Amino acid sequence: MRSATFIVLLASISIVLLIGSLFIGSVPISLQAVWFSLVEPTNPDASRIVTELRLPRSLAAFATGALLAQAGALMQVLVRNPLADPYILGVSGGAATAVLIGMLLGFSSAFGLTGLAFIGALVAMFLVFIIAHQNGNWTPTRLLLTGVVIAAGWGAAISLILTISPATNLHGMLFWLMGDLSYSYSVSFAFSALIIGLLLSMLLSSQLNVLIRGDKLAATLGINLKQLHIKIYILASLLTAAAVVQAGTIGFVGFIVPHLIRLTGLTDHRLLLPAATLGGGILVLIADTAARTVIAPQQLPVGIITALIGIPLFLFLLQRNARQ
Amino acid sequence: MSLISCNALSVNIANKQVCENLSLSINAGENWAILGMNGCGKTTFLHHLAGLLLAQSGVIYINEKPLHALTRKETAQQLSLLLQSQEDHFPGTVLESVLIGRHPHLKSWQWETDSDKQLALDTLTAVGLDNFSERAILTLSGGERQRVALATLLVQQANIRLLDEPVNHLDIHHQHEVMKLLTSNNENTANVFVLHDVNLATRYCDHALLIYADGTTRHGICTEVLTEKYLTELYQYPLHETRHNQRRWFMPG
Repeated sequence: MRSATFIVLLASISIVLLIGSLFIGSVPISLQAVWFSLVEPTNPDASRIVTELRLPRSLAAFATGALLAQAGALMQVLVRNPLADPYILGVSGGAATAVLIGMLLGFSSAFGLTGLAFIGALVAMFLVFIIAHQNGNWTPTRLLLTGVVIAAGWGAAISLILTISPATNLHGMLFWLMGDLSYSYSVSFAFSALIIGLLLSMLLSSQLNVLIRGDKLAATLGINLKQLHIKIYILASLLTAAAVVQAGTIGFVGFIVPHLIRLTGLTDHRLLLPAATLGGGILVLIADTAARTVIAPQQLPVGIITALIGIPLFLFLLQRNARQ
Repeated sequence: MSLISCNALSVNIANKQVCENLSLSINAGENWAILGMNGCGKTTFLHHLAGLLLAQSGVIYINEKPLHALTRKETAQQLSLLLQSQEDHFPGTVLESVLIGRHPHLKSWQWETDSDKQLALDTLTAVGLDNFSERAILTLSGGERQRVALATLLVQQANIRLLDEPVNHLDIHHQHEVMKLLTSNNENTANVFVLHDVNLATRYCDHALLIYADGTTRHGICTEVLTEKYLTELYQYPLHETRHNQRRWFMPG
């Protein structure tokens, strides 16, 4: 089967890139040194760089991207618009605002911050839905527009929190917010969220294939709309929250990746979801490796790189849709 | 046996009455036409029969069981609905789109089998779309897209078929091909068509439901209900009956 081969290919690329990223960085480390640092550490400096800096960071980048791409794929089905993304709809913004409030109040555990991020994401998504759905019938375009405006609102709330935060916290908050993976919290936590999320969304995947054809058609084909909507809503919020706690608001991954996967002809969600998960991991891993090497030893937040890819692509697709 | 029936059904939309206290029974092998002016509530009525909307009062029965007591999936195994327009926001192939119609018959973890695929391909041939299976859905013309929707409905293999303007976007050739396909060999199936063409109704249907703009209804067998007098009242426009080749035809005055 062609599509299964494609997923195996993506998985292999992920592994190669994860290993490859261990060699790349401001301090050159030889193949041998990387190998020994993983099996029996001899050179303590190289070993620390590899196991304490590069490996967790690469894993965090991969997990974050995978979470965002999966959240994006789910949201696109929910609002039936291939341009939807946790960042564009303001869901990341809501989660980030909640996390910043938590940081301001002195929370530091990944679990506590994820809880806050989850609440923030749920509130953000609920707000967008309530406002866009007011008269009972909403068009996907209206929902997207509402999301963009609410995202701007979260942006203002974030600026306010940053303004009143003590200067000692500011640099860390700012870098976390822009998607700096060097501040990432617990990697194992992100991976657990990723695997649980993927399993749960795979259970919904065949229903997602029906839902993209429209609410009414889905209902006549046996879908319980309200139940499915709520499941997607909660799952997408959870995935976004886990990603935001890892690395702040990295934009556009959730829309770039599912879109590129669909371009390869993979449109069945039973295959699209695992493919997007791997693809999201690959994209953010590459973006993060670039972010920490292009102007090394200075580091860039990864969100800047994804925005550089995402914004032109988004505008291009928007223009193409308008012409159709 | 009655496949779908309603008892004392009253339907309202936006304070406008579509039908009041309507009771009718549709049996296997019957073809019903629903006729009425724009905005009289034909689509709304059909969506009530499909269980997509909740009636103000009255009960709908599917295979003698009340519709509200069935799960969406149980309903989907027995009743199918062709919508007036299709939503395509995501890319995909024609075959993928048609296979969606098999969803009510599959468990959530099950993939479509080869026989599901064969059924989809055969159905595409039946609606005149052989060799279209790998075409991208977004590149189809309106009439082709409509026939893909019909194929999706047919592979659902429900014995109640509700069709909202099934000949929408179709040329004369395909209008008749589609009506023939739906109304032939349907001893175990009931069709309910929303139509705008009275002559398609007289030719392919045996029963009709007229929904008047004032919220009253009239139903019965076509020879009794589709008359000059009633249709002229229905459309508020004069219609004249003529005969040609032993068929009745209505011509607008």
